[in-house]
Amino acid sequence: MSYPLFFVLAALSIISAAGVVLTRHPVRSAMCLVVTLFLLAVVFVFLDADFVAALQVVVYAGAILVVFLFVIMLLNLERDEPETHSQRRTFTGLTVTCLLALALLYLLRQSGTVLPGPGMNTAVPPGFGSIEAVGLRLFTHYLLQFEITGLLMLAGVIGAVVLAKRKVS
Amino acid sequence: MDIAWLPLLPMLIVTGTAFVVLIADLFVQGPDREGLGWIGLVGLGIAAVVSALLWTTEAHGFGDSIALDRYALFFNFVICLSGALTLLMSMDYLQTINLVVGEYYVQLLLAVVGMMLMAAATDLIVLFLGLELMSIGVYVLAGIWRPELRSSEAALKYFLLGAFASGFLLYGIAMAYGAFGTTTLGAIATQLASLTAEQRPLALAAMGLLLVGFAFKVAAVPFHAWAPDVYEGSPTSVTALMAVGVKAAAFAAFTRVFLHTLSAMAVDWTWILWVLAVLTMSVGNLAALAQRNIKRMLAYSSIAHAGYILVGMVGGGEDGGAAVLFTLLVYTLMTLGAFGVVIAVGRRGEPNEEIVDYAGLGFRYPFLGACMTVFMLSLAGIPSLAGFTGKFFLFSAAIEKGFVWLVIIAALNSTISIYYYAGVLMQMYMGEGTREVQSVSHRPYLLAALLITATGTVLLGLFPTWALNLARSAMSSL
Amino acid sequence: MVPTTYYIGLSTILFTIGTMGVLLRRNAIVMFLSIELMLNAANLAFVAFARQLASIDGQVIVFFVMTVAAAEAAVGLAIIIAVFRHRRTINTDELRLLRW
Repeated sequence: MSYPLFFVLAALSIISAAGVVLTRHPVRSAMCLVVTLFLLAVVFVFLDADFVAALQVVVYAGAILVVFLFVIMLLNLERDEPETHSQRRTFTGLTVTCLLALALLYLLRQSGTVLPGPGMNTAVPPGFGSIEAVGLRLFTHYLLQFEITGLLMLAGVIGAVVLAKRKVS
Repeated sequence: MDIAWLPLLPMLIVTGTAFVVLIADLFVQGPDREGLGWIGLVGLGIAAVVSALLWTTEAHGFGDSIALDRYALFFNFVICLSGALTLLMSMDYLQTINLVVGEYYVQLLLAVVGMMLMAAATDLIVLFLGLELMSIGVYVLAGIWRPELRSSEAALKYFLLGAFASGFLLYGIAMAYGAFGTTTLGAIATQLASLTAEQRPLALAAMGLLLVGFAFKVAAVPFHAWAPDVYEGSPTSVTALMAVGVKAAAFAAFTRVFLHTLSAMAVDWTWILWVLAVLTMSVGNLAALAQRNIKRMLAYSSIAHAGYILVGMVGGGEDGGAAVLFTLLVYTLMTLGAFGVVIAVGRRGEPNEEIVDYAGLGFRYPFLGACMTVFMLSLAGIPSLAGFTGKFFLFSAAIEKGFVWLVIIAALNSTISIYYYAGVLMQMYMGEGTREVQSVSHRPYLLAALLITATGTVLLGLFPTWALNLARSAMSSL
Repeated sequence: MVPTTYYIGLSTILFTIGTMGVLLRRNAIVMFLSIELMLNAANLAFVAFARQLASIDGQVIVFFVMTVAAAEAAVGLAIIIAVFRHRRTINTDELRLLRW
């Protein structure tokens, strides 16, 4: 990816991410997150992660965020009241977050441009990031994790039904 | 791909039990779901027995992502014990609060599987998935008492802050992946022995973020704010599981990752744990002094104990680790017992959760009084009961490494804590009260749970050596 | 070619924005959306590192993260619905029974 393109995508995603956090209306918040997810999907494509980019759009933006929107609609949420925060809480929240950001970015600077591994400039083997490559790795090396995920889904499904169903036994 | 069944055997047994319960729930008629509880107990019992039988086997499976070592088996036993005792108490408690939901047992068993996976994980992704499995199960359990508003609020709070913590943990795993190119703990440890300059900043970031994630899960200060409220609002049997099972599993993973894998970075994280330990003990104990609700008091007591366990982690090494494991076993019994008494004192419509509700109970219900005495004194660290032994080992491990000030602070804290534990006992024996509670003799499951925990606490206090040796053996297998 | 650290820097900024959202907003849905943002930031880090290390593992891990996010979303939204049914609000300042 070229520098200008990266900065454009980065700036746009930061703006839409800020939108998620700052906007008063929950629907707009969710839509901002959808935009962020799409932008990240574009970044993924440039990072040779085609399958993951497709998953991001279809599963994350297309399923998970849609469920969010359903719930927001179901609850008929309206514009939030401006928050009556104590000054102190806003201050602590902002301070903590800024410290976190500074710490992480500082550590990142320490790494400079040298990180372990072959690097961005090395070409990847053909088929890197394709569905075959991911699938192969998933079902061989990550088999246990895959099966655990199945259990996780089961727990999630049962839990969602138990908590949200109308009829309380 | 080396598919190894042995490391997974206990988890598979419990998973199978969960499935059986899920299907059986369809066929069980009527309001009584005790049968489901029995199935769960049998399953957990078999898993515990299998873990004991596997004690001398060692195996690694699935590309070194899961381990069958004595460490994992020790925790399997502790976790199955917590699960089984919670189940026993639930079988009574659910009838008291008129909550007849078969899925309760399923979620509990799945959460137990998650806990066991966390203890046996030697890969950060398996650890993360086990943690999420456990967490999702417990989020649901916290909110499963639908008619009670506090339960839903507790679930919401636990969920939001738990997911927040998972985010930190995951980002830490991402940093570790970037630094080491792998998420397998064994490979990470090998690379840490000869860390290159280009890996170090990312490794530090990973360490910090993982620490934040774990600290949330064990409710260390300043990441503890969710615990008292979530403990208070959840159904009491679920609170017991949170205080005991979740903490044990989280500490299992925490100890394996930090004391073993990241031991090469000890210079970097020991001082952080030192600070966390001091804050956690102090805030936990001081806040507990002011509590009037017994579930909140036990929540802060639980936070304080996490602080003592952190002291053991600061001590580090095999001694510190063994102390941590031993204390977790002891803590499981004491705290479960205390919550058992809380359940016994509650009745339908009258939860009786304020400490003043315990006035005069000691003489009118001598069995409950005796049990609570054992648990309160053990938590306070009175010698000859198991709580003291645990603290003794934790503090010795720290002193051996030269952390004198830490142990002084810890001992002071332990002394302060006597005040609020004794407060409950004073109410029970010297208070004037006329509360009627349901006699335990009519509630066999609860009676069994209280007997087991009380005898366990006393026995481990008098004869700690065999358990300590088991803990040492478990640590040495890492 | 843009160096990897730039991608990780973007991921860090997104992660921090998400953290800010959780700490500063009081609407439960928006807090949850912020958490999803944090998870996505981690995904970006995984994919970037995968490219840097020429190792497909990072992308497989993203697959798992998405699954976890889905399960969490199901349960979390169910909890939010359950709370809303009781109190008709999901503003955590108004959920006063337990002190936030």
